[in-house]
Amino acid sequence: MTLEEGIFYVVAAVTVLGGLGVVLARSVVYAALFLIVALLGVAGVFLLLAAEFLAIVQVLIYGAAVTILILFVLMLTRARDVPQAVDGPQKPFAFVLGSALLGLLVTAIVTTDWAALGATEQITLVPARELGRSLFRNWSVPFEVASLVLIVALVGAVILARMEEEEE
Amino acid sequence: MIGNNPWLDGLLRILVIALAIPLSVIVLNYVERKVIGRVQNRLGPMRVGPYGTLQAVADTIKLLTKEDVRPHSADRWTFELAPYVVVVPTVVALVTLPITDDLFVRNLALGLFFILAVSTLSIVGLVMAGWGSDNKYAILGAMRSAAQLISYEIPLVMAAVAVAMVAHTPDGRGTLDLVQIVDGQGRVPYIVWQSLAFFIFVVAALAELYRQPFDIPVAESEVVGGPFVEYSGMRWAMFMMGEYVNLVLLSILASLVFLGGWNWPLGNEVGPALQVPLILIKTSLLILFFMWARAILPRLRIDQLMAYSWQVLLPLAFYQIIVNGLVLVYDWPDVVLGVLSGAGTVTAMFLTYRMVRRPVPVRRPAPVAAGAAREVSV
Repeated sequence: MTLEEGIFYVVAAVTVLGGLGVVLARSVVYAALFLIVALLGVAGVFLLLAAEFLAIVQVLIYGAAVTILILFVLMLTRARDVPQAVDGPQKPFAFVLGSALLGLLVTAIVTTDWAALGATEQITLVPARELGRSLFRNWSVPFEVASLVLIVALVGAVILARMEEEEE
Repeated sequence: MIGNNPWLDGLLRILVIALAIPLSVIVLNYVERKVIGRVQNRLGPMRVGPYGTLQAVADTIKLLTKEDVRPHSADRWTFELAPYVVVVPTVVALVTLPITDDLFVRNLALGLFFILAVSTLSIVGLVMAGWGSDNKYAILGAMRSAAQLISYEIPLVMAAVAVAMVAHTPDGRGTLDLVQIVDGQGRVPYIVWQSLAFFIFVVAALAELYRQPFDIPVAESEVVGGPFVEYSGMRWAMFMMGEYVNLVLLSILASLVFLGGWNWPLGNEVGPALQVPLILIKTSLLILFFMWARAILPRLRIDQLMAYSWQVLLPLAFYQIIVNGLVLVYDWPDVVLGVLSGAGTVTAMFLTYRMVRRPVPVRRPAPVAAGAAREVSV
């Protein structure tokens, strides 16, 4: 086993354990904290695939900002007072659906002929400059559409919150 | 590289950082108390050692030997892990920070972005501390710190991005490599061309450090120390250490990105013997500026804080980015950049002045609806 493989297994174990923690933790705040661990593990996987920029974005956006907002909401809603209300009767259905998705993905990965798609053993490092160029030059319309969706969601959230305020 | 062994080399460099952090925290603690004392017409610590120089050492020994108290109702894991979550990211960020052109643990091609991203993770520690303490002041402080630090993270990153866009490199413009950013500044530091970005960066850094005038999350008179209210001894000291390491980190970063790092004004030809003092001087001046701001400014109100970040700093940061983009696309000379950025700085200062002078909003009681009044009368 090479050093890279060893690091990969450690990172993968951290990610999977973090994911299990999210699902199995009884307190929702713990679940949110485990989510940070799982997302940082994913950043580690990105690093191993030489996608440095993606890994750093993952840490900045998901590792910190998004999960802190989740924690923020959980704490404001007094999540601590109801520690075991996270998994209701949908638990078995969620388990079945989750396993089905896992099975589907694993079969897709195993049956795909990667070599025919041009995949090699070598990992090439894409410089951040190249990434930015293709994102903002070749794929700028999808990028703008995605940001438009986010803006609409944000404005919608503000309007919904304000409407409730007025009703009170 | 020491002895052609990358592991030994890395270990030694990390060891240097691990020793430098507590030492600098002790020194900065003493300097800060002296500076604030002088500003407020006091002497500061004078009793322990000559001119009180051993006061910080004595305080450290006291903190290390103090009992580590955990409240009975505190949540064990979050409470005990929170100090580590605050300190570790700042140390990780420090590891990739270049001090001279070849004195660093590991220089990354995306160094600037990496440092800003990783140091954000300490917010999680503050939130954990506030929630885990099971104390209403602590949780209020955690809420305030999460809101403030995330709000000011955006202008901070945007200001850094603006400089990274126009940084000169051997192959065109734009880089996130800190060594290249410093080397690109040559004769004129980027503060001349990017004064608005520098202004935004310093104000946002002041807020990220939650020091006065942005000490709303830890305000003694409002939330009695915020997330740290239940901590004592070693764990409290770790929070303080995180705060000072962050101060050093952001000061070094600002002096690298805006003040020409180890290059300006001596140039790249001089060796480390002149480069290290040069960067230390710049960093110390910034640290003294942050301490001075702490001593002379009163605390902002929470509405001023949020409005300032979202209505003043963020639009101006976008203005700087758009200007930089135009300069890059049309290949205008740097002078245009400097003039437009300078105009932005003047606007920023005017808006800041107006913001501070704005009268306190009067909260009127909600008008009683006509229908409700009739019901009461019946």
